[in-house]
Amino acid sequence: MSHVRIIARLDIKGPNLIKGVHLEGLRVVGDPHEHALRYYEEGADELLFIDIVASLYQRNNLSDIIKRAANRIYVPITVGGGIRSLDDVSQMMHSGADKVAINTAAIARPGLITEVSRRYGSQCMVLGIEAKRVAPGRWEAYTDNGRERTGQDAVQWARRAVEMGAGEILLTSVDQEGTRKGFDLPLVQQVCDAVNVPVTASGGFGRAEDLAAVGATGVSGIAIADALHWKRMTLTEIKAHAAAAGLDVRRTDGRPA
Amino acid sequence: MSVPVTVLDYGIGNQLNVLRALEHCGASVKVVRQASGSDLDADRLVLPGVGAFGDGMAELRARGFDQLVKRFAQTGRPFLGICVGMQVMFDASDEMGEHEGLGLLAGRVRAVPAAGAHGKPHRIPHIGWRPLLPSAPWAATILGDVAPQERVYFVHSFAADPAQHGARLAHVDYDGVPICAAVHQGNLHGCQFHPERSAETGLNVLRRFLKL
Repeated sequence: MSHVRIIARLDIKGPNLIKGVHLEGLRVVGDPHEHALRYYEEGADELLFIDIVASLYQRNNLSDIIKRAANRIYVPITVGGGIRSLDDVSQMMHSGADKVAINTAAIARPGLITEVSRRYGSQCMVLGIEAKRVAPGRWEAYTDNGRERTGQDAVQWARRAVEMGAGEILLTSVDQEGTRKGFDLPLVQQVCDAVNVPVTASGGFGRAEDLAAVGATGVSGIAIADALHWKRMTLTEIKAHAAAAGLDVRRTDGRPA
Repeated sequence: MSVPVTVLDYGIGNQLNVLRALEHCGASVKVVRQASGSDLDADRLVLPGVGAFGDGMAELRARGFDQLVKRFAQTGRPFLGICVGMQVMFDASDEMGEHEGLGLLAGRVRAVPAAGAHGKPHRIPHIGWRPLLPSAPWAATILGDVAPQERVYFVHSFAADPAQHGARLAHVDYDGVPICAAVHQGNLHGCQFHPERSAETGLNVLRRFLKL
């Protein structure tokens, strides 16, 4: 029975928690801090904060939000969006992040992956991939929150980034993101097969059945945003569904783990 | 009543979340970044750390912390090593070449096996929330307020292999391979998992350490 972490994903724009479809068409959900605390208390295994406009404006706004969250939250925190240097990583770590997810800057300068993993350990260096289907069984890596093409094959890029020191992969399907239509299973499967580091699947969770399907690919983490933000399902319910589907998950609803 | 705790900051990884969690559990934390020449004036000592074993030992030595920690360990006062801070308590590690540790505990730090018991490769680093299983009695240790099967958060590629019988306090099962999760010998305590990132179970480990 494979173990999966259920990760609450919070996309941030300015001071707001937001949610879009295909990483676009953003709607304000509310206060990121309140939501982060709720997810922690409901039993999220990890929190993932992504500043979705940081790459665009070349800055990261998250520091204050992370600092506030880290004072109350005692599960791992991953931060992404606009991180482009060791100084940026240091700032995030000193705000309370345990890991950083890097996409745009790693594509622009893959050496950054090695630098971050040497300085902070590969467990800190999460490679963010935004993958968009370009043909059956083929995906291209995008940057800047799904806006910019790179011409790079997403699966090959995953393999190369792991060779350079990435200790984990956050794999977002731009096609499925926000649609509630299920994960891009062939994509997740190919990336899981291509690398031996843990992979987190993000984008598309809609129904309980999606958990078993994505769990069968060999993922280590499942990121969920929409269902939590719009209160369609609680983490307790999601974990109960995952356990019923045969996945090994941490239960926090009063029963033994 | 706040409990005084000294945390060594030796420049590897991020100590901040360990400090916050200790304070949340009622500790008043003093951070020491350089050795002053005299012995540590500490009731309790915590050695955190993430990253590579060799870097960790090099930074400890560069700050003169290696001798300070060895002397503190002999005082009988409670000592807690977390993650790489626990690994460096051992004799040596195989991580990226051979590196000598502090030698407070007998044994080596070895790579987490790349495959499960059935021979199928599994993912490295080992990341996730695993149920703790007893290897020795927990009653008088940092796990005294934890029930077997409670889950804690791991992120590591290397793990301790204690040589002394009874020093392994807890383990987890990674696809049929037992991984050392916590160690105990006298006043020396260590955990491979991250108590500061393991929600209430982890905080209960820290609270217990503050009561030892």
